[in-house]
Amino acid sequence: MSDHDYTPSSKVGKWFNDRLPLLTLANHLTDYPTPKNLNYWWTFGGILTFCLITQIVTGLTLAMHYIAHADMAFESVEHIMRDVNYGWLIRYIHANGASMFFLAVYIHIFRSLFYGSYKSPREIIWIIGIIIYLLMMAAAFMGYVLPWGQMSFWGATVITNLFSAIPLVGEGIVTWLWGGYSVDNPTLTRFFTLHYLIPFLILGLVVLHIWALHVPGNNNPVGIDIKKPSKDTVPFHPYIVIKDGFALLMFMIVFAFFVFYSPNILGHADNYIEANPMVTPAHIVPEWYLLPFYAILRSVPDKLLGVVAMLSAILILAVLPWLDTSKIRSAVFRPLYKQFYWILVADVLILGYMGAMPAEGLYLLIARVATAYYFLHFLIILPVLGFKEKTLPIPLSITESVLGGSPNLATVKNKESLEK
Amino acid sequence: MSEKKPERREFLFTASYAVGAVGVGAVVWPLIDQMNPDASVKALASTEVDVSSVKPGNTITVLWRGKPVFIRRRTKDEITEARSVKMEDLIHPEKDEDRAKNPEWLVMLGVCTHLGCVPLNDKGDYDGWFCPCHGSHYDTSGRIRKGPAPLNMEVPKYEFVNANTIKIG
Repeated sequence: MSDHDYTPSSKVGKWFNDRLPLLTLANHLTDYPTPKNLNYWWTFGGILTFCLITQIVTGLTLAMHYIAHADMAFESVEHIMRDVNYGWLIRYIHANGASMFFLAVYIHIFRSLFYGSYKSPREIIWIIGIIIYLLMMAAAFMGYVLPWGQMSFWGATVITNLFSAIPLVGEGIVTWLWGGYSVDNPTLTRFFTLHYLIPFLILGLVVLHIWALHVPGNNNPVGIDIKKPSKDTVPFHPYIVIKDGFALLMFMIVFAFFVFYSPNILGHADNYIEANPMVTPAHIVPEWYLLPFYAILRSVPDKLLGVVAMLSAILILAVLPWLDTSKIRSAVFRPLYKQFYWILVADVLILGYMGAMPAEGLYLLIARVATAYYFLHFLIILPVLGFKEKTLPIPLSITESVLGGSPNLATVKNKESLEK
Repeated sequence: MSEKKPERREFLFTASYAVGAVGVGAVVWPLIDQMNPDASVKALASTEVDVSSVKPGNTITVLWRGKPVFIRRRTKDEITEARSVKMEDLIHPEKDEDRAKNPEWLVMLGVCTHLGCVPLNDKGDYDGWFCPCHGSHYDTSGRIRKGPAPLNMEVPKYEFVNANTIKIG
């Protein structure tokens, strides 16, 4: 790679770089050869980095005013909203920022599913990504508890009670998580601590995620291995930086719309009622980004198996690189997989909708069918498809797929002679 | 001699690892156990409730250990209904006689055994309680009859201190 022989131009730079090669790293990141056909679905990595930084910065500033105590938490959040300078803005960015973070991560994940970015040699990137996703869910859940409203309290009660499904030790684990016999002040203070910690764990994993990415380089819409650097690549800066920046601006418009025009539309009115351990709200629903898994939990009539199904739905993603037996990465060249992909997208959206509806009658039936299909997709359809599907011929290079030519003259000649 | 030395070394390694593991465990345990209920939480172990104002057919809810406790003064019909159920029809078979020693009074944790919500009074298909979270139905003895909850609502340890006062815990 080009960065190995990099030498800073200034004397001071050289002196510093010989002792800590930060400039070599910066040079590597700038020159990093990127496939030239990356589309806008590839801009969500940058957008996600922005989301993480936004959550950390707004979270730090909120923590200067928030009080993690069962008697004062609700009041301190109202204090932030009414008294603290720009407190309303910072809190609305933080609260809606969580939703934006998940919106971006779902697009990022489904991008990988479409273009087969999880396949060899990118399995570790993918698995780190799944761990980040799990940590995001933990952080979002604990953050939602902090305002100590009714949804906070009962959401915390329901989710921590999931552990009581574990045979024998379940009840002990729940008491340990609570630090008492119900969700109460000890629970709130530890959730605050962990909510503060997790973003920094995610930050560390993001570094590993990018590091692992820079070993094989980016996948691309055509899904073929490319020579780097070559006519198929462009340097990260300025090409990808500008493209990511433009996409980020578009994303920020959506973000700002929620923050300034409908800051509470993604929340629940019940969370503006202070936590009351005596009364459960009539309709408990998690935040929108957890709804598909909530629907899976509720569609199984047995307590333990429901929890197992919900966790499996997430963890099954970690073994996806080995469940998908097809050697072809991109769905562009997999006509059957492309159809099943869109069915899966619809299936997850249906699950999300059913998660928001009461678990009865037709809703429950549809949720059960959708849950069964979700597992069918990963456990049966994907492994079988790899053997049965007749894939389309893949191009030899990115240039060929775009211009119909190839940088390799010999290949072009060979192709032309075949066509004659 | 050359054969004996590695054995001795392996023993030392194994012994070192073992001592190290015990040491790590001893350090980690306090860090884990600090999350368990502390002395002040455990101290709030019992609560006394005056039930003289509760009329038949009414339920009062009191807080014990941060959890709601239902105290229901049951009507004759409810008692009859609870005691006439066949054991085969129950998901978690328990006799009403064992759950309510004094048939008029039903004392139990108002916590759904599915995921911990507070069930609603006088609702559901069995004239008892209904949990709005995930749709569990309980009968007039607080026993699970339909829905995802696996167990009957728990009866805590309690006693009548006198005719009008119940001590929970």
